[in-house]
Amino acid sequence: MPADIAESQPLLEVIDLYTHFDTPRGVAHAVDGISFTLDRGRTLGVVGESGSGKSVLSRTIIDILSHDGSVLYRGKVMFEGRDLRELSQKEMREVRGREIAMVFQDPMSSLNPVKRIGKQITEVLVKRMGMNKASANLRAAELIDSVGIPDPEQQLKRYPMHLSGGMRQRVAIAIALAGEPKLLIADEPTTALDVTIQAQILDLLRKQQRERNMAVILITHNLGIVSGYTDDVAVMYAGKIVERCETQELMNRPRMPYTEALMKSAPLLSDPPHTRLDAIPGLPPNLLNVPDGCRFHERCRYATDRCLTELPDLTADGSSEHLYACWNPLEVKAEALS
Amino acid sequence: MSQDPLLSIQDVTVEYTTQGKRFAAISGVTFDIAEGETLGLVGESGCGKSTTGRAIIQLPRPTRGTVQFEGTELTTLPYDQMRQIRQRLQIIFQDPVSSLNPRRKVKDIVAEPLVIAGISDKAEREGRVREVLTAVGMDPDITMERRPHQFSGGQCQRICIARALIMEPKLIVCDEPVSALDVSVQAQILNLLEDMKERYGLTLLFISHDLAVVKNISDRVAVMYLGKFCELASSLRIYEAPAHPYTAGLMATIPTIEAGAQLETAALSGEIPSPLNPPSGCRFRTRCPIAQDKCASDEPQFREIETGHFVACHFPLTGGTA
Repeated sequence: MPADIAESQPLLEVIDLYTHFDTPRGVAHAVDGISFTLDRGRTLGVVGESGSGKSVLSRTIIDILSHDGSVLYRGKVMFEGRDLRELSQKEMREVRGREIAMVFQDPMSSLNPVKRIGKQITEVLVKRMGMNKASANLRAAELIDSVGIPDPEQQLKRYPMHLSGGMRQRVAIAIALAGEPKLLIADEPTTALDVTIQAQILDLLRKQQRERNMAVILITHNLGIVSGYTDDVAVMYAGKIVERCETQELMNRPRMPYTEALMKSAPLLSDPPHTRLDAIPGLPPNLLNVPDGCRFHERCRYATDRCLTELPDLTADGSSEHLYACWNPLEVKAEALS
Repeated sequence: MSQDPLLSIQDVTVEYTTQGKRFAAISGVTFDIAEGETLGLVGESGCGKSTTGRAIIQLPRPTRGTVQFEGTELTTLPYDQMRQIRQRLQIIFQDPVSSLNPRRKVKDIVAEPLVIAGISDKAEREGRVREVLTAVGMDPDITMERRPHQFSGGQCQRICIARALIMEPKLIVCDEPVSALDVSVQAQILNLLEDMKERYGLTLLFISHDLAVVKNISDRVAVMYLGKFCELASSLRIYEAPAHPYTAGLMATIPTIEAGAQLETAALSGEIPSPLNPPSGCRFRTRCPIAQDKCASDEPQFREIETGHFVACHFPLTGGTA
């Protein structure tokens, strides 16, 4: 395909994606009809509470869930014009690591505990990038250096257990970057880390993203992280995207009541002590048994009869790019319209 | 705080041995908690905040120092008397699911402290279990016969709180009680703790790594780093004018909805040193943006820089006339 067409089409286009788990207790609707696009060099935040389907979404995109028949898939994952769901296991292995890489929450369990760090990085370089051993070693040291680990040559000889959690996550990022991916999926990459280390890792991801013009999907439960580190955002609830727009737009003008409730339930540093929190009542729905109508209606303060029976689509007002799924969206404040 | 504090901790040190080496998980920790107060304790992992909480309930007993609760010295108290005191001194943990025995029914879990206390009247026990479950927002008719796995994390934490409340304690040590919960549920539990504090006249030590959560619930806040107190002040004052560079760095570091995209670089570089081999002088100096030679040679004393505002730093950022 001509280069200019490749540039104009989005890097990733997820179309009407479903991932359902067949469990002894019924079918879990973990990802239930999700569509979005992601352009090159953009960072998309996917935010939601546990069980909202955000991790299953990322694992479906890079296709690391089971194929033994217990997981049911539907829909398309278009990456540079190819549907990844149509690829064979062998072809998909070429995509993983090379085109799309992933960083997980727990760096200890994503690294091999009995292999030296250097070996874990050069493996990618030799297998995926076709380098010889000597140049792979040099490149591994460069990568280790670029993720901010001091004394690279020495570090390559060490094992993961010798490193702190933050350093391990830096190694996991170096491994992900080794294949020079066009898309990096980071699934709660800092949730297991302390706050000061969290800031360092998020800075590192942003720096690498900018330098490489890489697209990033940053999955998190923390709206503060979304606010600070992403361009666009998708809010997930019970297997669906319920709001999607540019991050600043979401922070200034949330339309979906769930988004607003999520913002209000977290304590703010600017509030005085003992400020009563606006907790969301109840619990997120069980994915085995999602309610009819809008999935948030049981917990929503604005719910009306229509919300109990009809599921709202993800739509926008007119030509706006701010999508939301709600029958009773929050009003746009007057000053925001002008 | 004219009357005696409910809890008074003086110069407490807890040492452990690991890899054949003796090291102090916390050293020289001193603070009071007044009756009815909530003291927040923040810091990163390994700073000794949980060790401090556990030193209060004598699990394990501190290596040195004194812990006075309602005027009783706990560190030298015989174990059978300590068991009595524990009725008035409860703790709730981070992971509510693993702190509940999965094989027992909720009614038995919550009633256990009553059994230990020797209340043999079954009807009385059941009545009190019902009352306390209702107080924490669980319907006793639905809850009592079920087992922990039938509940979500937030509901399990409510059950843990009910168990802690049933002996009507004076003080509850809350060790990261909301860290494993989603934000929407976290808000419910924080509100519940405030309600229970009001209803049962509780005093809380609230341990967390989340500064926004700690500010919300605490009257005073203490910041710990590598086993020592860095700063202690009223919740309002410490957030308005942090005096220790570590406190200031922590605050600048949290991504919040309010800060938005302003965060450009991490405020604190480097990693936490090993407590096995802490830096000389000020323990924070290896990561401190304003450290000077004095910080490597002299350990700063924990001193009062303005009324009720304590800091361990040679060069505090605020605090008027040092």
